[in-house]
Amino acid sequence: MSHLAYLDAHVLDLAWAGVVYWLALGLSALLMRRSHGRLIRLVFPCGALGALFIAVIGVTGLFLPASAMVLPIGLPDLPFHLRLDALSAFFMTLLGAAAFGITVHAASYFRGMAAGPLALLALWYHLFLASMTAVLLADDAYAFMVAWEMMALSSYFLVTTDHRVPEIRRAGFLYLLIAHIGALALLLAFGVLQGGHGDYTFDAMRHAGRTPFWASAAYLLALFGFGAKAGLVPLHVWLPEAHPAAPSPVSALMSGVMLKTAIYGLLRLTFDLLGMQIGWWGTLALALGLGTALYGVIFAAVQSDIKRLLAWSSIENIGVIFAAFGLTLIFYTDGKGMLAALTLTALLYHALNHAFFKGLLFIGTGSVLHATGERHMGRLGGLMRFMPWTAWLTLVGALAIAGLPPLNGFVSEWLLLQAFLLTPSLTQPYLNMMIPVAAATVALAAALAAYVMVKFFGVVFLGQPRDPALQRAHEARWPERLGMLWLAAGCVALGLFPALLINWLAPVVKLLTGHALAHDGNWLILAPVSAERASYAPLIFLIVVAAVVMLTFLWVRRVYHGRVRRSEPWGCGYPEQHARMQDSAEGFGQPIRQIFEVFMRVERDTPDPFERAPRYRGDSRDKLWILFYQPVARVADWLSEQAGRLQHGRIQWYLVYSFVTLIVLLVFTS
Amino acid sequence: MTSTGVLLQLAQTLLAILLAPILMGWVNQCRAWLQGRSAPPLTQPYRTLRKLFHKDAVIAHHASPLFRFAPYMIFACMALAAGIVPTLANDLPFSPAADVIALVGIFALARVFLALAAMDIGTAFGSLGARREMLVSFLAEPALLMVFFTASLISHSTELPVIVETLALRQFAIYPSLAFAAVAFWMVSVAENARIPVDNPGTHLELTMIHEAMILEYSARHLALIEWAVALKLFTYSALGIALFLPWGIAPQGNPGALPLALAAMILKLLIGGAALALIETVSAKLRLFRVPEFLATAFLLAVLGMLIHFLLEA
Repeated sequence: MSHLAYLDAHVLDLAWAGVVYWLALGLSALLMRRSHGRLIRLVFPCGALGALFIAVIGVTGLFLPASAMVLPIGLPDLPFHLRLDALSAFFMTLLGAAAFGITVHAASYFRGMAAGPLALLALWYHLFLASMTAVLLADDAYAFMVAWEMMALSSYFLVTTDHRVPEIRRAGFLYLLIAHIGALALLLAFGVLQGGHGDYTFDAMRHAGRTPFWASAAYLLALFGFGAKAGLVPLHVWLPEAHPAAPSPVSALMSGVMLKTAIYGLLRLTFDLLGMQIGWWGTLALALGLGTALYGVIFAAVQSDIKRLLAWSSIENIGVIFAAFGLTLIFYTDGKGMLAALTLTALLYHALNHAFFKGLLFIGTGSVLHATGERHMGRLGGLMRFMPWTAWLTLVGALAIAGLPPLNGFVSEWLLLQAFLLTPSLTQPYLNMMIPVAAATVALAAALAAYVMVKFFGVVFLGQPRDPALQRAHEARWPERLGMLWLAAGCVALGLFPALLINWLAPVVKLLTGHALAHDGNWLILAPVSAERASYAPLIFLIVVAAVVMLTFLWVRRVYHGRVRRSEPWGCGYPEQHARMQDSAEGFGQPIRQIFEVFMRVERDTPDPFERAPRYRGDSRDKLWILFYQPVARVADWLSEQAGRLQHGRIQWYLVYSFVTLIVLLVFTS
Repeated sequence: MTSTGVLLQLAQTLLAILLAPILMGWVNQCRAWLQGRSAPPLTQPYRTLRKLFHKDAVIAHHASPLFRFAPYMIFACMALAAGIVPTLANDLPFSPAADVIALVGIFALARVFLALAAMDIGTAFGSLGARREMLVSFLAEPALLMVFFTASLISHSTELPVIVETLALRQFAIYPSLAFAAVAFWMVSVAENARIPVDNPGTHLELTMIHEAMILEYSARHLALIEWAVALKLFTYSALGIALFLPWGIAPQGNPGALPLALAAMILKLLIGGAALALIETVSAKLRLFRVPEFLATAFLLAVLGMLIHFLLEA
């Protein structure tokens, strides 16, 4: 008991110790840059233990009152302020739990790298973990921005691990660019928040009064800045580029955990620091979120690169989370605290779920990539026979992300749909009518996610190998399997025991909305509002399905027989059938391309009927890239050209510039 | 949770599983009559199932365990769905396990397993069927949810027994929104059950088939389980439509005396419903595949319209 008491009293010290531990581990990796074996067998497993430690700290911190401390590092008059409350603790748990599985996997995934680059990678990897935790702990704008930028930089170096490939350098640059534009917006948002007092601690911001105009300005800046990090449309373009470029465990960390730090920041700023909320903020976030969800899933359906597909699917999930955020704000500003609590629960639940299943899917594709060296779905297929562990564990993730009961994706979707159904109680006219209809968008996105996942799993793991070389694909090693097993177990556990999880989320929800879901303590049945209103019991669900499967199986065997004859596939009796006649990734996405063609620019190369080696290529490109980014880039080019005219290289002109500037400043100050 | 409730639940679910093929037989019989053919007997589906169960299963060399597991999974999902929908009595101790949203989830789970199993063998037809099935379903699912949302906005609940109680047993009221929802529900169930005009259960023409393309590689007991699950799905959808839009006659909670009457009402409604389905299938032609999105978008808009009407007139 005394050990637990010690943990309780020093939870923030221990959390900070975890950050320092990761930092030290990363630096020590540099010392081991000659010993490949030690990096793989020592540094990464130790990093994974650190993740587990952070998760434990997070769970402990959830139920403790907020604790704060000041570190004597940083600027002379602004030392680092740290604080751990339920919100930080929740996201720390998410980080630790997901990072544990991913890092265990990483220990085996990176074994093929040379020792030198591996040491650097280990440095950035642990720095990345440490900075993400520091973001969650920061309690002043300065510490937050330092951690935030460390996170962006370390992940940039992780993305560009294979920096010899030009496309990867380009992807890394795009990521860095958008991360910095976003960081700039955040810096401005904190500037607005401090309100001219010059005090950048979060505590001062909490107590500073501000007009609705400035509050809205700070909120919009934050939405932009955190949206850029999370991948909110139209700031999403870096995701489908950076995720395929990064090594798989890094993609898993970035998608599963780093995007959530943006959600954390947005929640922290909106509900904690701003001190006031305005209804239209929620409507805006809801509209943006729904648009992002739909846009992301449509593009996920037409991808042929497995990691690009998963990146677009992350955009979809972020959209769902933002929609939940918007709905929370709408309920909250309307004085419906209980409903805001329900929606916020759905949001947090989905964030946690996404960390698990997207981490699982990314490391699963990492194992596929390792075994086959292939990322293009058109050259994969039939891997279930050669890599059964990877296939079955990935199937759990795919079913979970498709929002199918009794796994975890369904729970958050169910909670969110319940929240949508409660909007008629809103007092604002029109909004209470339109929002339930908007729930259809969530339903459509979820149904399309199932389409995407059938495509993903079916094309990669089922069917026949599209390339003879795939016959030599080897199963993932044990650490990789363990990592996947951990995350898959998380998906199952989060799906089966939602009622327990909701109690566990209650401190966070209570902290932000002032209300908590009144749960009756029945751990079997999830009934967030009341049993008459809605209920869902995944465990009963699973038991019944399993029982019926067993009974049917036994009955068929007992009453009839279990005889099996193996033969060639039937396929309507066509004599010659081979693997290339299966649906390719493009073929599977074709209906989506046809239905949603307005969103994309499709480039097709169709072969001539008489060509000897006909090749078909269909490429669906993001229209926003053409409609939004290219004009912006042109304007930026033009502006810099205009600015370039100022530079003549003649000293006289530069002296004139200085003189004019001096005069103008004198006029201003006088 | 009373013991009679549990017994009633079990009896109701078993009855649904055992009697579902008869509904299929009835629809086929009506269709044959309407098309001027001599009809197969009502028990024909049972004979087919028995024949299939006796046969040796023929499975492709490289089929994965998923392929052999999927039929059991699909059957189990449909059995669970049949247990949740109130058919005879409204007193289902099992219903808190899943509400209407979870019901949609159960159907989706079965569908995803079927589509994955179809892609497992790696023939051209299997993946074609899987793709088309997922296309139809992602269009049908939001429309189906909108229909359920309309019903649950009226009854302030997503629990099926509560919805049925509100609509059938409390005060009598006419809901214009439900008329729209009913049409939308019919369109969705036609699509989900692979009936004309979306899919033709009797065809093996590669240009048109959806569901049949997915189960081409199945034989014997696996095929039997899938066929049974299909019959069960038709039954569950019919029961669901009846529970939402024609719920009168269902036995209220704690009143087993009303059961015989409820059974008679149920059989009558199913007879009429099956005949109507056969009639519609006879007089309409199958849609081209890319007209199906239009068909389902219409269903979706009708459901949304129903919901808006609920807000304008009934709220």
